[in-house]
Amino acid sequence: MDLTLWTYEGPPHVGAMRVVTGMRGVHLVLHAPQGDTYADLLFTMIERRGERPPVTYTTFAARDLGSDTAEVFQAAVREAYERFRPEAIVVGASCTAELLQDDPGGLARALALPVPVIPLELSAYRRKENWGAAETFYRIARALGRPKRQRVASARPRCNLLGPTALGFRHRDDVIEIARLLEGLGVEIATTAPLGASAEDVSRLGEADFNVVLYPEVALPTAQWLEKAYGQPYTRTVPIGVGATRAFVAEVAGLAGLEPDRAQREGGSRLPWWSRSVDSTYLTGKRVFIFGDATHALAAARAARDEFGFKVVGIGTYSREFAREIREAAAALDAEALICDDYLEVEAKVAALGPELVLGTQMERHVAKRLGIPCAVISAPVHVQDFPARYSPQMGFEGANVLFDSWVHPLMMGLEEHLLTMFRDDPEFHDGALPSHLGRKPEAPAVVVAEPLAVAGASGPASWTADAERELKKIPFFVRGRARSNTETFARQRGLATISVSTLYEAKAHFGR
Amino acid sequence: MNVRVPLDLRAADSASERSVLRERGQREVFCGLTSIVWLHRKIRDAFFLVVGSRTCAHLIQSAAGVMIFAEPRFATAILTERDLAGAADVNEELDRVVARLLERRPEIKLLFLVGSCPSEVIKIDLARAARRLSDANAPRVRVVAYSGSGLETTFTQGEDACLAALAPSLPEENPADGPSLLVAGSLADIVEDQFARLFAALGAPRVRFFPARGAEDVPPVGPNTRVLLAQPFLGETARALEARGAQRISAPFPLGAEGTTAWLRAAADAFGVAPSRFDAATSEARARAEVALARHRAILAGKRVFFFPDSQLEIPLARFLAQEMGMIPTEVGTPYLNRQLVAEDLALLPVGTRLSEGQDVDRQLDRCRADRPDLTVCGLGLANPLEAEGLATKWSIELLFAPTQGYEQAGDLAELFVRPLARLAALEV
Repeated sequence: MDLTLWTYEGPPHVGAMRVVTGMRGVHLVLHAPQGDTYADLLFTMIERRGERPPVTYTTFAARDLGSDTAEVFQAAVREAYERFRPEAIVVGASCTAELLQDDPGGLARALALPVPVIPLELSAYRRKENWGAAETFYRIARALGRPKRQRVASARPRCNLLGPTALGFRHRDDVIEIARLLEGLGVEIATTAPLGASAEDVSRLGEADFNVVLYPEVALPTAQWLEKAYGQPYTRTVPIGVGATRAFVAEVAGLAGLEPDRAQREGGSRLPWWSRSVDSTYLTGKRVFIFGDATHALAAARAARDEFGFKVVGIGTYSREFAREIREAAAALDAEALICDDYLEVEAKVAALGPELVLGTQMERHVAKRLGIPCAVISAPVHVQDFPARYSPQMGFEGANVLFDSWVHPLMMGLEEHLLTMFRDDPEFHDGALPSHLGRKPEAPAVVVAEPLAVAGASGPASWTADAERELKKIPFFVRGRARSNTETFARQRGLATISVSTLYEAKAHFGR
Repeated sequence: MNVRVPLDLRAADSASERSVLRERGQREVFCGLTSIVWLHRKIRDAFFLVVGSRTCAHLIQSAAGVMIFAEPRFATAILTERDLAGAADVNEELDRVVARLLERRPEIKLLFLVGSCPSEVIKIDLARAARRLSDANAPRVRVVAYSGSGLETTFTQGEDACLAALAPSLPEENPADGPSLLVAGSLADIVEDQFARLFAALGAPRVRFFPARGAEDVPPVGPNTRVLLAQPFLGETARALEARGAQRISAPFPLGAEGTTAWLRAAADAFGVAPSRFDAATSEARARAEVALARHRAILAGKRVFFFPDSQLEIPLARFLAQEMGMIPTEVGTPYLNRQLVAEDLALLPVGTRLSEGQDVDRQLDRCRADRPDLTVCGLGLANPLEAEGLATKWSIELLFAPTQGYEQAGDLAELFVRPLARLAALEV
């Protein structure tokens, strides 16, 4: 038993739902007890879909337990077929039904429906959501795949886009952005799957020349199988960030046998100039902690170092399948690696590292809020606000623009807050001051609160003089805590009873940045 | 789409002379675990530990939204392959998890072990585990088990199971203390306080609320206790309290001005409160509620409303909307119909209202589309899809989380139904 409060991933059948909900004309029948329909609202509320997911649940109850559940399951499959007339039916079991003796695949096949029936084994007590999505996509692709047809020699190079699903973080816009990029290079998109694909589309995956793997967590098993079955190579670079997108363009050009021109190679992102402009100088060396699914965490780490000039102090993932890659990246960045799915552990790590920016999931957003650290979201799980109405890809050259804005924004907010705090005692900015354009003097003078004088203790920790306390308050709030503890450590090491303004600056010179 | 005519409409039921469409099929409802989300906020020194799967944890997380980060007092002990394969002794594992939990949260006085579908299918005896853990942690922590599984419970029935599990351990009432009133069903604190003031004004003897806010003020129960249900989904709780000798007062539920008056009057009658005192105690608040409702009646009157099953509040809510707001219920679906508990509300529903118990969601959607109601009350899994089809909806879970009972909330309750219609009218895009 694992004591769990928050889970980064749902159970594997939610991954299966993400695949079929992304597709058209494919229906999933889940053997599941009453209540498991809660997962529908992830799609209708968080992703704001205007139709129900194409999922039928058997919703068996206590009275059905025994031999009856098999009949309940068969009736559900039959009725789902009659009502929705899908091109293919996927059948599986949620965690509770996995414990029953029913065999969804066998029971569904016994109905002899005139469409393919694709059974899933989801291992709910061992696996999780992303694995469920990857497995479901692979099973559907295998079951529907057709023998490869001869390619027309004169046609443009063709590829499939693999991995986008329903409820994927920015999948909708990443697909648009990367399709545009590939078409600009002269590559034709054969099929995008699972998102937007029909069963018929998936059956033609073998007709492309190569595959573009957008999200390895979902697409890797399918891409590996397509390589084996149809000889299609697949891309290894995930195009998040300017550098990664350029590398991706080079990789695709190699697979497609194309020679991109300079504009195509370099792309039109504003990030390089935005990052070089002097306003961005203060970003240099900012300590950043990164956590998310492995794909987004790895991409963010690369961009953070090479394109923002940050110092990555920690990188982690909840995707245990990619632990090795994360450890390698951490070693290359000289940062700490964290592989875990316990958010309390992540919180402890953030608190210990004391970063100036956190890039993470919805959970890290809350952790950072609690610790008073700026934060931006880079990975699922995410809440409704991260399924925005506006165009906001993470991938490609426009995606890099989005990254720049969304990562720097919370820091700008931080700077603003610092400025306001710094000017708090300024005659024009104190609490009682009215806006100058109103042209009226405040009636009562602002109350000046005298600061208590520090009392020097003989053996206790060094105490701050009033002057030093005032000076400390002039330091930006997001580094003030570190300045305070560094100064106190410095004073302790030297046996100083009192911290004066000069102690503060001596400590600053000693520790540096 | 092929609209099926319901064939199993039963002959008129002699008890209430109403036929009920009973359906079995896919149910688009929450399981009882969801009630933890509001129960844990009500019972402040309790912790709810679900013994289940990752699905259970994911469900509570999805239902609890952002609340999960405010140090909530619930968690899931997720079963792993080791537990299923017998590689780990489930009871030892549970003891280990509970020990770790109680160490981390020393303020906890009451621990609920909440059964789930997986724990029930593999037959983990949580009742025995609760006794064992109670003995081991006495007197600091009491441990109680109940089931919130989808196999056994629908949504609010989780609260029923929880309270029914607590009922046997409530202290015995002292016979010398005379009659008392026990209000059962969790209410928002502000509503509970309003009712406490009203009962005091009525001169009702010793009023207690169940569940209590903390372990210190657990209400006693016995043959002198009269039970007034504040929520319609408490069938098992009512039975468990009756087993302790308490007697239930029949009443409609305290929704709207009429509902609240009838509910209070039932209690007043049970204790022989004079009509003049009743009027003196209630007339002001009642008048305020009438004023608040009148504003909304103009918008709601004559509109047709369709209820999908969710919480068992549907019949009292339909009664309120029909009787007090002039709406026309076309279908009122409920996950479970306890005729005894909702008899008073049921009797006030207009003749011709279609009642359904249980669900076959696709067929019910067919009926809803055929009715084309002005407002559909349904869960969040159906709400946006129905809006996309052009049907105005009110998502039902809010009716559990928002304070809706009593005089002062009557206007707010009506407004919950007005808002989607007003919004639809306001939007020009």
